[in-house]
Amino acid sequence: VEKPGWWDVMVGPGQAIDTQKYFVICSNVLGGCMGTTGPGSVDPSTGKPYALSFPLVTIEDMVNAQAALLTELGVETLLAVIGGSVGGMQALAWAKQYPQRVRTCIGVATTPRLGAQAIGFNEVGRQAILADAHFNGGDYYGSQEPEQGLAIARMVGHITYLSDESMRAKFGRRLQDRAYHAFDFVTEFEVESYLSYQGRKFVERFDANSYLYMTKAMDYFDLAGSSTIAESLAGTPVRFLLITFSSDWLFPTYQTAGLVDALRAARAEVSFAEIPSPYGHDAFLLEPEEQRRYIEPFLERALFEARAELGLAEGGDAS
Amino acid sequence: VTAADLLRADLQLVISLVPEGSRVLDLGCGDGSLMAHLRDERGCDVRGIELAPAEIAAALGRGLSVIQGDLDAGLRGYPDDSFDVVVLSQTIQVMRNPALLLREMLRVGKRGIITFPNFGHWKVRGYLALKGRMPVSESIPFSWYDTPNIHHTTLKDFRDFVAANGGELEREIPLSAGEWRREIHEVSLWPNLFADTAVAVVRKAP
Repeated sequence: VEKPGWWDVMVGPGQAIDTQKYFVICSNVLGGCMGTTGPGSVDPSTGKPYALSFPLVTIEDMVNAQAALLTELGVETLLAVIGGSVGGMQALAWAKQYPQRVRTCIGVATTPRLGAQAIGFNEVGRQAILADAHFNGGDYYGSQEPEQGLAIARMVGHITYLSDESMRAKFGRRLQDRAYHAFDFVTEFEVESYLSYQGRKFVERFDANSYLYMTKAMDYFDLAGSSTIAESLAGTPVRFLLITFSSDWLFPTYQTAGLVDALRAARAEVSFAEIPSPYGHDAFLLEPEEQRRYIEPFLERALFEARAELGLAEGGDAS
Repeated sequence: VTAADLLRADLQLVISLVPEGSRVLDLGCGDGSLMAHLRDERGCDVRGIELAPAEIAAALGRGLSVIQGDLDAGLRGYPDDSFDVVVLSQTIQVMRNPALLLREMLRVGKRGIITFPNFGHWKVRGYLALKGRMPVSESIPFSWYDTPNIHHTTLKDFRDFVAANGGELEREIPLSAGEWRREIHEVSLWPNLFADTAVAVVRKAP
């Protein structure tokens, strides 16, 4: 039996994104390793995995692939595009690239561009993978994989998802399964044990090359593009709802506030709320009710307006 | 009973002062009832700022765009002259820095509409004069130490306040509310004594 997905608290029957009301489409990202083509996919011209010969992908590329999927599915317009974190970057890119295909955009714990701190942590993760003895220029498929490097990358990542307060509450200086300090280089603090476990778990389900491509795509993303956000989104018909969390230092509120200002300057319809939470970036997975408070009425109103515009009766098909 | 009847009486007056099709910013917009009315009945392009999560959620449910923000931080993020009308309804008395907010309203809006309780009303004066205590009434039900209303003003003080902060008073409408606050009437005789509320229309001084 598979573990419920992280989205289970937000998406499902009776949840904020109620699958009894909305038709929900969720695809894996381009460059990932869970379905859509990525560096681990087989290159038909060589019969071997692409590895690092896979082109670098951008958030915009991921969105283009999703748009192509929708076209294939025969879906012209979306009621809402919703994402958290890097998913939120995609939601924002959707609003910019396909303003006629999305009515509303909900970005949670996201940013129009990463700051130096976040790029720095991504780079530490990448360097851990690149320095792994088994990395072999990315060409490790079918042999020993760079597990150590990927696990370290994930450990670093997990620290950035938490906050000082949540780490103090969750671990403090407590020791794992022992009463005294070991005075040795073993895993002894609870926080070490937790990070080590998260690293090991991640290796089982994620491809190191995809980690390189994903983090690079995040680093490159800049909603402003070659102009400014206000200019590139001037006159946008998309209605925005942006949500941040007070203790998220990886996707900090000030960055979304800057986006809100740019959207205001662009005269866009934008709503914004910061949810007080001690959980850092992880809050977007841990505070479903606080998000629901805003997302549910926002979506319901969008559905109401879409139905009114399309002349559909209440209870009609709005997909 | 229409939605307008349920709006606070002073809000109905505010609505009548907003030209059709205006771009309006509502400061401390609450659940968005004024904004929704201006949008639906007067074709206005409305935006709101509100602090309380439950109020923001209610406004979102009406399809309104609301930014969570503290008005004491000013209106940073809004370009100069980006609104025709900026509304501040029964809120100026809770601001820490009313002068900053007035200057910000005059910066981002062509006109400001401010409604405020008149502390010069005879009942307030009488309470303090006769009882020797800080006035507490049905409309001001707080003790001095727990009241959110930290900056009381009278009509006369308000005029000086606007002039001292780069504004001019275009209109001043002193009001007196009926028993159930459903009806209001304009006060022409000694307004600083007989009006319990006032609606002021302000603009930048030339």
